[in-house]
Parts: sequence; structure tokens; C-alpha cells
Amino acid sequence: MNEKPSRWEGVFFGYATSSFADILRHSAPHLLPQGEEIPRETSSIPAVPHGTTVLALRYRDGVIMAGDRQASEGYQVASRRIEKIFKSDDLSGIGIAGAAGPAMEMARLFQTELEHYEKVEGENLSLDGKANKLGQMIRMNLPLAMQGLVVVPIFAGFDERAGVGRLFKYDVTGGRYEETDYFAQGSGGKDARDSLKKRFKRDLSKDEAVRVSIEALMDAADEDLGTGGPDLQRGIYPTVKTITRSGFGEVSDEEIRRYCEAILAERGHS
Amino acid sequence: MPLPYYVSPEQMMKDKAEYARKGISRGKAIVALEYRDGVLLLAENPSALLHKISEIYDRIAFAGVGKYNEFENLRVAGVRHADIKGYSYSRGDVTAKSLANAYSQALGNIFTQDIKPFEVEVLVVEVGDSDGTKNEIYHILYDGTIEDEKNYAAMGGQSDEIRRYLKDNYQEGLDFSGAVKLGVRALMVTQNKTLTERDLEVAVLDRGKERRKFRRIPPAVLHQLLADDK
Repeated sequence: MNEKPSRWEGVFFGYATSSFADILRHSAPHLLPQGEEIPRETSSIPAVPHGTTVLALRYRDGVIMAGDRQASEGYQVASRRIEKIFKSDDLSGIGIAGAAGPAMEMARLFQTELEHYEKVEGENLSLDGKANKLGQMIRMNLPLAMQGLVVVPIFAGFDERAGVGRLFKYDVTGGRYEETDYFAQGSGGKDARDSLKKRFKRDLSKDEAVRVSIEALMDAADEDLGTGGPDLQRGIYPTVKTITRSGFGEVSDEEIRRYCEAILAERGHS
Repeated sequence: MPLPYYVSPEQMMKDKAEYARKGISRGKAIVALEYRDGVLLLAENPSALLHKISEIYDRIAFAGVGKYNEFENLRVAGVRHADIKGYSYSRGDVTAKSLANAYSQALGNIFTQDIKPFEVEVLVVEVGDSDGTKNEIYHILYDGTIEDEKNYAAMGGQSDEIRRYLKDNYQEGLDFSGAVKLGVRALMVTQNKTLTERDLEVAVLDRGKERRKFRRIPPAVLHQLLADDK
């Protein structure tokens, strides 16, 4: 099986690889996350920060991704200002849920992977290609997931070939499932999904879609201990990003504050 | 058993250098110019798909002349070097200097150890910050010789003449269109035909861009710029 390829085959299977993860596996395996398996004897992993609620939904121009800002460690708040939505390239983003450390590492590896491919090949991966690649990375994390460090991101992006926004959810084994309208993941994911189910409509405008996603996060924060709501005193608000044909955009804190205040005022407890 | 020929090391190196130089001088030239907002790279390249200029990392670009498969090999190795470094430390720790040194080592080793030297020259360019850090341009030759250049650089066929032209005509603080025009004129010094956007590959490291500074200049924009020049 592990025979060395002959000289000319090496060109195809060595040089032609455009995958950053493959290169790491060969030249720097210690940098790959699945390199360190925790020995069985130390059966329980100490509590580590977990990212809680992230969501994605389709709207008229593409997709919106949003997440709360809290990381929880058991019943404790580990961080109030963590970012959970990362730009993976100009036309896609990844929202992390689960063990924050491995999840952020995975997001970083995924970003490098996409950029590396783009530079070596001179063109972008297709959105399906990106989604599959992320699935493989989640599967690489399976040994750690079996011991409690579960990472289950959501992935969303604008598909240039189809001209629409698309979103994907994953299971711990790397299984990839496409959702047509919306999805939310993490400890408050179910509450956010319930909220989205009531408010989601096809072809929402950007304004409506941002509002719907913030409302869903606030509903999740209401019901779920691990999810942080908008913190008006400290000035911490959920993150909301838009991914459209023209790229990866941010909704500013100031705008999000206005949405939060409007929603709170409407609900009568501002 | 026949005895192997004795060839003096001096003669061997000379032969190899001559061989490499011949290969390189047959190819078309590339110039790099510092301008107000970054660094411009300009190549004579009739192919729109096979690039001679490309992105290595956030603020670093690569240009190669000579044999395509050889500098393409070096380019991919450079992207790997940069991505691994940036992933294991941080994006800010990836520098043109360390990359240029790696190229110099690689080309030097190939030149002395392999029968056939690489017939290439490469430029590694890093754009400085708007806070006044300098641009860096490294020119690495087929035998591993490395030079750092200021303001402008040229390599490939008849690069001596191009360099002479740039020496006489280069001014600091050129704007983008001025730099493109100067670059194209410099490439035309050695030939009597007019270069159009179809013969050119142009890219910049644009200081004003977010994170990834590398940007290709589309033919339509070039066409516009060159039309003004007539």
C-alpha cells in the first residue's frame, strides 16, 4: 500500500496536491489537530469553553450568518466577547459551535486550505468542494469528538455557479447536509430554530433577514443558559455577517444595537 | 572500467552558468517598479492563462522568467512555505526575506549538485506598510545569487538594456498609470513592435487593499491606460 510512487507519479500525487491539509500531513503532522489523541486512561477531559449558538439563513441576496458572543464552560461564562462567525474566503463563512479551541483551530485550517487552493490552482474551489472539504476536516476530529470535544460548525456561502446563497450543517462524523432555508446549531440551536421557523420567509430583504436572525439569537438567549443575549451595559452585541455575490460583509455593531433596541422595545422590556 | 572524465570544477560551473544564462535570455522580460501605492509587476506574456506573476501571501508576490515548469515549481514551493509558516505562527511572521533566502538556497543547491541547473530567475516582492516601512524587492538568479533592488528591477531577455532605460527614466513617487506606462515603455526598448494589453500580464501589490494586497490588472483597464499613452 505505502509504496513510494515512481518519479513521474510523484508529480501527480506529490506536487499536484493543492490541499494545505495534505501538505501538513506530510511535512508538519504535529500541526494537524487530530495528531494528539488523548490517552484512554485520562477518561474525562477537563471542562473547556464551548461556543453556543450560531445560525445561517438565506435571504434575497445570499445568506446571513449570525452568532452570539458567549463561550460557556459548564455553568460558567468563559468569555463574553468570543467571535464565532469567521470569513473562510470572499464568498463563504463558517460558524463554529462546540468545543471552542478545536473549532477555532479548524476554522483557521479551513481558511488556509481555501486560500492555498486558490493560490496554487489560480481559481476558487466550488461551494460544494468547500463544503465537502470541511466535512473531511470534521471527520478528522472524530477521535477527539468521541472524548467529548465535539465540533459541529455550519457552513454557508454564495454559490457563483448557481447564483444563490447556500448553507450546510454537519454531524460529528463529517456528514454534510444541505439546508434550503435556515439552520441553527449549538446549545441554543433548537430555540433559535424554533424562532426562525416562525419568522422565516422566502426572499427576505436584508433588513428583515438581519432582524429575524437577531430575534432568533435573542430567543435562544432567553431559553438557553449558555447563550448570551445582547449586553447593552457592556456594549456587546451578536455578530451578523452577510455573504452575497459581491463578497463577505459585516453588519456594524451600531446597526445591530439599533435592531436589538427596537426588538426589546417591541417586546416591552427595554 | 573506463575512467570518468576529469572536468575542472571551474570549467563545470562556467558551462552550467552559460547554459542557464542562455535559457533565460531567450525568454521574455519582467519588470518591477515601486510606485506611490505599492509595487507594480509587469511581464510580457502572450498567455492569459499561464501566469508569470502570482500571489504568494498577504503582502508578497512572485515573478519568474525562464522555463515555465521550473519557476512554477518554485512558485508552488513558495506558497507552501508561506502558508505553513503563517499557519504555525501568525500571518504577520511571513516575510519576503525568509522566502527569498529559501529560494536562494534551493537554486544554489540545484546549481551545484544537479547536472542541469534551473534556467530561471525569480523576483520576490513585499509591499511595505503605509506607516513608511519600505518595499522589498529580491532578485534571485539561477545559481542562488541574491540581490536586493531599489525602486525598480528587471530580469529575463535583454534585461540589461531595460535596466539601463529604467535607470535613466525612473522617478520616485510615480502614480499607478505613470508606472504602468513607464514599465511598458521599458519592455518595448528592446523590440520594435508596440505591446498591447494582449501581450502583457500586469499585477500590483496594492498597499491600500485589505489583508491580501495582490491584485491582477484586467486587460480592459490596461487597454484604457495604454490608449491614453498614444
